[in-house]
Amino acid sequence: MKDTIPADMPPAEDIVLSTQNLTKHYRVGGGGFGKSARVVRAVDGVTLDIRARETFALVGESGCGKTTLGRIMLRLQEPSSGTINYRGTELTTQGEAEMRALRKKLQIVFQDPYASLNPRMRVEEILAEPLRSHGFGTAADIRDRCAELLEMVGLRKQYLRNYPHQFSGGQRQRIGIARALANKPDFVVCDESVSALDVSIQAQVLNLLMDLQDQLQLTYFFITHDLAVVRQFATRVGVMFLGRLVEVATTEDLFAQPLHPYSMLLMSAVPRPDPRLRGQERPMMQGEIPSPMNLPSGCRFHTRCPFARDICRIEDPALQDRGGRAVACHFPLDG
Amino acid sequence: MTDMSDIAAPEALEEASFLRDTLRTFSRNRMAMIGLIFVVTLVLAAAFAPWISPHDPYRVALDEQLLPASTTYWLGTDNFGRDVLTRILYGARISLVVGIVPSLISLAIGTVLGILSGYLGGRTDFVVMRLADMMIAFPSLLLAMVVMYTLGANLLNIFFALALVGWASVARVVRAQTLALREKEFIEAARANGTSRSRIMFGHIFPNVIPTLIVLFSLSIPEAIMWESSLSFLGVGVQPPEASWGLLVAKGKEYMFQAPAVAIAPGVAILLTVMAFNFIGDGLRDALDPSMKD
Repeated sequence: MKDTIPADMPPAEDIVLSTQNLTKHYRVGGGGFGKSARVVRAVDGVTLDIRARETFALVGESGCGKTTLGRIMLRLQEPSSGTINYRGTELTTQGEAEMRALRKKLQIVFQDPYASLNPRMRVEEILAEPLRSHGFGTAADIRDRCAELLEMVGLRKQYLRNYPHQFSGGQRQRIGIARALANKPDFVVCDESVSALDVSIQAQVLNLLMDLQDQLQLTYFFITHDLAVVRQFATRVGVMFLGRLVEVATTEDLFAQPLHPYSMLLMSAVPRPDPRLRGQERPMMQGEIPSPMNLPSGCRFHTRCPFARDICRIEDPALQDRGGRAVACHFPLDG
Repeated sequence: MTDMSDIAAPEALEEASFLRDTLRTFSRNRMAMIGLIFVVTLVLAAAFAPWISPHDPYRVALDEQLLPASTTYWLGTDNFGRDVLTRILYGARISLVVGIVPSLISLAIGTVLGILSGYLGGRTDFVVMRLADMMIAFPSLLLAMVVMYTLGANLLNIFFALALVGWASVARVVRAQTLALREKEFIEAARANGTSRSRIMFGHIFPNVIPTLIVLFSLSIPEAIMWESSLSFLGVGVQPPEASWGLLVAKGKEYMFQAPAVAIAPGVAILLTVMAFNFIGDGLRDALDPSMKD
């Protein structure tokens, strides 16, 4: 399946969603009693284009701002600055009602299938709600559509009358997917959508997501920390570190040759199943991740980078185009 | 399509059984069941008091003042020769109504304001919570007494006074729950679906607050009974010759040494009823907590 993707990949200008300099800063601690309010830069200037029908994977370690980026792209949280353009519509300036209407096309599948379904609602009500919010049709239409959605994600329509707690994690996640797809969306953020599931169930749910992408022409923004999943399913990958994108490349290119030292270290940190490779020298990340409240000067990765030089401590590298991919580093690894 | 081995589940799952689970857990709690039986008996006795009691609660018989307990007057008579047990049964009517109605009013007001305050935040939250703070900071008994003095002592004003005093604490509890709930992913999912704010507040958050409300309700009934008793005891509540438990205690205390049952018997009725409601409340709290099940 993956081999066929480059062939029918849409032209680069067919962009679903693009962000310009998107930031999200949180103020922590009050400014009272001589203490100045400190600012966490959860997302710090992200510029990104998501192409139609691709699976864009966003990787990075915990706390780097992946989830926040996914949330502000859908305006589930308000960005502090920057713009989000969805097929020519600027999302950041939309009013409450306009934004609600746009949500029909912009969806999200959450991480925790136990927290993302209202425990007091039956499956039918859960699936009917997005339909009702966007005026899907008569009560009978809605009922039929709910049954159709449930079968689309591989569950029996008899389950419509049941409550979430009666299902397993994998089944719940399927319900969450059905809810996200109720109004035939265009762009779907998958926020660690399979991380909470058993490995065997993960594969099934991923396969389901990929099948649905083909059927419904979906574009995925896939937030994850699992590089094996990325390698298998993603078209392109963005590597995020402390609120910034440090590298954006096609999956093939990235896994063939990461250009940013952080990408390289992230990939080398994946445990290798082959015992013959055990004990082999691998470059390791040094030190702790810097606090996003107190970012280092210059390149924010220099404190942990094995290749850091003087300029890295002074000058913050911008994300620059480099032969069809982009990297934010003074000394990219291809020389 | 995809491999579906994880859903090789039965044809249809058992119809959801939240209510049945709750009832089962509740019925296993002995104290709660005793409380429930007591309250049900009391409600029936109060409702059918004219058929149960052979005596007239308002008939004055000055030749039968302060009689001790006998087979005719099971708990003796008061200073007007009226049967104490009959007066307690009739008093239960007012005391129960005063327990339930203001609780419902303050629950309704407190729930709406608490959800609005917690979900909308900002200025709404500030205004509602400062109002609630004022209510809580002000001595409630004094406030209720002022209301009763100004508006006059009748049942409707008792409802009003008690609801005025009671909504603030309900609003605070509901607001706290709303704050916790609005961070849940299913609320975010509803927002992501384009669900309206009012539907999120009253379609998603409200059903998840109901268990708390039931418990608050069962705990606020005894509180309201106590409030009414206090107000009547102080002379601004129910007026004679009507009987409420607080009033019976207040009037009976003057004859404490000649006929102790006149004051003590309604006191015991208050005590038992308050305890019964508290046991029910505890039982409900446990039964409605999903973590106590499974």
